[in-house]
Amino acid sequence: MPGAIYAEGLVKTFGDVRALDGVDLDVPEGTVLGLLGPNGAGKTTTVRCLTTLLNPDSGSAVVAGMDVLKNPDAVRRSIGLSGQFAAVDEYLTGRENLQMVGQLYQMRAKEAKARAVELLEQFDLTDAADRPTKTYSGGMRRRLDLAAALVVSPPVMFMDEPTTGLDPRNRQLLWDVIKRLVSGGTTLLLTTQYLEEADHLAHDIAVVDHGRVIATGTSDQLKARTGGERVEVVVHQREDIQSASEVLRGFGKGETTVEDHMRKLTVPVAGGAKLLAEVIRELDTRGIEIDDIGLRRPTLDDVFLSLTGHVAETKDEENGKEAVK
Amino acid sequence: MSATNDSLVIARRNLIRMGRIPEMIIFGLIQPIMFVVLFTYVFGGSIQVGSSTSTQAYREFLMAGIFAQTVTFATAGAGAGIADDMHKGLIDRFRSLPMARGAVLTGRTLADLVQTTLTLVVLAVVALIVGWRTHENLGKVLAGFGLLLLLGYAFSWIGALIGLSVRTPEAATSGGLIWLFPLTFISNAFVDANQMPTFLRHIAEWNPFSATVQASRELFGNLPPGFQPPDAWPMQHPVWASLIWSVVIILTFRTLAVRKYRRAHG
Repeated sequence: MPGAIYAEGLVKTFGDVRALDGVDLDVPEGTVLGLLGPNGAGKTTTVRCLTTLLNPDSGSAVVAGMDVLKNPDAVRRSIGLSGQFAAVDEYLTGRENLQMVGQLYQMRAKEAKARAVELLEQFDLTDAADRPTKTYSGGMRRRLDLAAALVVSPPVMFMDEPTTGLDPRNRQLLWDVIKRLVSGGTTLLLTTQYLEEADHLAHDIAVVDHGRVIATGTSDQLKARTGGERVEVVVHQREDIQSASEVLRGFGKGETTVEDHMRKLTVPVAGGAKLLAEVIRELDTRGIEIDDIGLRRPTLDDVFLSLTGHVAETKDEENGKEAVK
Repeated sequence: MSATNDSLVIARRNLIRMGRIPEMIIFGLIQPIMFVVLFTYVFGGSIQVGSSTSTQAYREFLMAGIFAQTVTFATAGAGAGIADDMHKGLIDRFRSLPMARGAVLTGRTLADLVQTTLTLVVLAVVALIVGWRTHENLGKVLAGFGLLLLLGYAFSWIGALIGLSVRTPEAATSGGLIWLFPLTFISNAFVDANQMPTFLRHIAEWNPFSATVQASRELFGNLPPGFQPPDAWPMQHPVWASLIWSVVIILTFRTLAVRKYRRAHG
């Protein structure tokens, strides 16, 4: 049986840009899928297709048991969408925004009013409830946007980069809300550029690049594929590269890569901080002067590097948006 | 019915917004008031309408034109509002909700109709102050205002389509305004079209905008002495012409705008 969110072979082109090039997804009910990828990879376009905002050129999708293309209105009744841009009316108060959304979900005015009060409370916005939202901070707006997506407690939620541009405190706040939501049984598809975020919130991760899902798995599985942790050393003098490389060979569990011009050596390791301390001692014993040393955990770049052989292309914001339009 | 309900929810939302941005309404009033004053006092004595060059005849002739021009500015308001909603991602939110498809646009145009009505009331008072008078019964005068409002409502649907077609609210404002100037000037709004060169006169006579101007001018009893309506059908039957034009514009642009909305992607 297909999951709460199921997509097969989604293709969408905009002029010359093939934004989606055959996306397949399957998200079991009650789980969280993190859609991970750089700007312009097709994350937003995927979400737009699944939330009935955009018709794919080909392919099919089923959300909450209903066909997205054949029965979009039924899908809309069962989903909540929280986008990148905090889509709330800035001249309306928080309360008015939530009431409006409730009524557009076909609630009676009275019901919508009561639900707005609950949500304002839940998202810690009661004090600001009767201020126009243009006076809200970025984090508050994002919370209100998420609250608006939850007005009818939909069984399936989509969040497009929910924490992009937020400070760490607000990010943490939002993560807590999302976790609470998921523990209540909601199925969630979440897009993000941050491996850490996917790691934190998602059961499964699908990595997208150039409009295709290039890998799926749990975060541990993906990290294993990227080679796990590595030690990175920058030596002070170019002449030391050779001997430092010998030292690292003793500790590494893979090949050492050398970037000559930066005097930087990288080697995959297993053993964490303890091993790092040993490496430092050994380098010191041999009298190799170092500028920098550190233990690096895999980042999105590393995941990409190992999956695609190229570093995640960080197209600038505008191009990224253009590409997904 | 859900479509009506949704439209009213959206209309209410837009009216709340307008109430919180009063400067928009005030700026919307300054331009037509300026036109009333400038045209009345600067051109008033020198423009011949019908067989009269009296200031009072022109003053009365002019008002229907300025009222009509003012209602067409609803185009820019609707366009900018909808473009802004697209830009801010609100249209996406609405489109992801189980609401009636045309409601976002209908709600917006209804809110604009309310604003246009308020603007017309203020403008009519200003017009009365500078000496405008009607010479028909109240029913006809109100019918004249009714036709003006219908025209404004029709034009806000053109604005809705413009708003959905451009990338920024600024583009929607200028895109909603520039073509209104030739449209409203190559008409019978400010001068007697009978005195235009033949080519322009034909455009003016068939201009949808002229039909409403002529109709409300007639219903206000503001036709200048000695005025001969041109032979063109819309000028002979301005009330019908005005109604037909407005309904055709509404049907056409509503269809186009709703279709565009369904496919919109901000």
